[in-house]
Amino acid sequence: MTAIPIPDPTDDAEAFFWNALRDGELRIQQCAACHTYRHPPRPTCAQCGSDEFSWTRAAGTGEVWSYTIVHPPTLAGFADRVPYGAVVVRLDEGVFLVSNVVDCPVDELAVGTRVELAPTRVAAGPETGDDVVLPLFRRARPG
Amino acid sequence: MTTTAAIAGIGQTRYARDMGRTEVDLACEAIRNACTDAGLAVADIDGIVSYHIEQVAEVELMTTLGIPELRYMARTPSGGGGAASLVGLAALAVTSGTAACVVVFRARNRSKQASYGADPNQGGRPWAKGGTRLRDSRQWHHPFGVASPAQEMALIARRHMHVYGTRAEHFGMQAVAQRFHASRNPDAIMREPVTLDDWAASRPIAEPIRLFDCSLENDGATAVLVTSLERARDLPRPAIPVLAQVQYGAPIHMDLAGFFATTPAYGERGGGAVAAGRRLFGLAGVIPADVDVALIVEPFTMAVPLALEQYGFCAMGEGGPFIESGATRWPDGALPVNTHGGSNGEAFVHGVNHLPEAVRQLRGTAANQVAGAELAFVCGAISDPSGAVLLGVDR
Repeated sequence: MTAIPIPDPTDDAEAFFWNALRDGELRIQQCAACHTYRHPPRPTCAQCGSDEFSWTRAAGTGEVWSYTIVHPPTLAGFADRVPYGAVVVRLDEGVFLVSNVVDCPVDELAVGTRVELAPTRVAAGPETGDDVVLPLFRRARPG
Repeated sequence: MTTTAAIAGIGQTRYARDMGRTEVDLACEAIRNACTDAGLAVADIDGIVSYHIEQVAEVELMTTLGIPELRYMARTPSGGGGAASLVGLAALAVTSGTAACVVVFRARNRSKQASYGADPNQGGRPWAKGGTRLRDSRQWHHPFGVASPAQEMALIARRHMHVYGTRAEHFGMQAVAQRFHASRNPDAIMREPVTLDDWAASRPIAEPIRLFDCSLENDGATAVLVTSLERARDLPRPAIPVLAQVQYGAPIHMDLAGFFATTPAYGERGGGAVAAGRRLFGLAGVIPADVDVALIVEPFTMAVPLALEQYGFCAMGEGGPFIESGATRWPDGALPVNTHGGSNGEAFVHGVNHLPEAVRQLRGTAANQVAGAELAFVCGAISDPSGAVLLGVDR
């Protein structure tokens, strides 16, 4: 099995994002001055220029903004999964994430599908023993 | 801005897979060919413009080719997004008097199993060499199995399809048109024309993108020489004036979260090219309908309808039907696009090979000549920081 690539951030903000997921929390930077959300982590607010922000816990709900069904060639660590779906999710807070929808057959992927966070621990591979918790999503349950 | 510059010469190597030559070797051949075409000496070059991802350094060309003095060096962000901007930057340097003869070039040794593949950005597929410890923007894509440009562009294309009803077949129709163009171009790698059925039978890469939508993985280099219109008039080839150039910043496909967030209505209202296109045509005092031939840099054919819409050749959302109408197909289309065969037909040189085709059209020497072509449009890939130029004929 080939290792999937995992984040190894050197930046404090990036590290915070990934560490929060280990507690099952999707935390997104929110500007303290104008309350605009932003992702990926950035040092200042593009809306108002403020450097002050908080890590707001996202509701974890959103919709599939776009999707693709991936065939070869792809990263070595994903070669045994093809075909698999990859999506862009728009969180209800208004930010976008690249992700996957777990347990969704590729022929059921659709733009506009409501999804909810499904933090998922993934092993990077036997050679390191490292793992990461990824902000994956699953289809939202009705009601 | 408008410019007083002109393209005086074009040069290229053979385009092929696995040529077994270094990128500097390829670059030197293309640049020498451009000088010969222009009737200028290599020693006349005093400026070099390339992509920021270019691996062949200015000083390496200086020493290898024997360029005595460089007065101007510039790089434009990213890859194929900057194809037209290379000429734009060269034209600005010439117009300002900073340099007199600027060469723009791109050299690639990027075959699938390239012999010079040790560096991440050289040889083979750079996206596949990201490693398993991610310390940059790749951390937001790669852990989810999104790494290749095809996978990223597929996510942009699918959104366009959702908003406008664009169909994957529209991308296929452009792929087929370009393969037809390539079949008549002796320099093209892909000489066999294909049908839409062939396209549909080609394997999916990242749906909705199929193999025949994709740029080729090949080696080769392309160069273009830019000098003043005044000087170009004294050279053997007809001068090709650079009428106007624009650039625009835009989010890039390698940061999809930023891409969709910065332009939340991307695909609905269009991207940065909309305003840039208006500036471009306004500067030159022409309208899109005046354009005789368009060279649209397309790492994947899905980029063609998006560029057609954003630059105003058709209404937003009408790029697919525009292609379906046959408008982009030579010889009968109202706006033949990528008449050399484009990135899926002639070769992939990060779009720089689209520049000489525009020049050939305006010289009247193209393999698929648009009758009486007097105005050519060239734009970089629209999913990057990008730009466009309008090229004309000297009256």
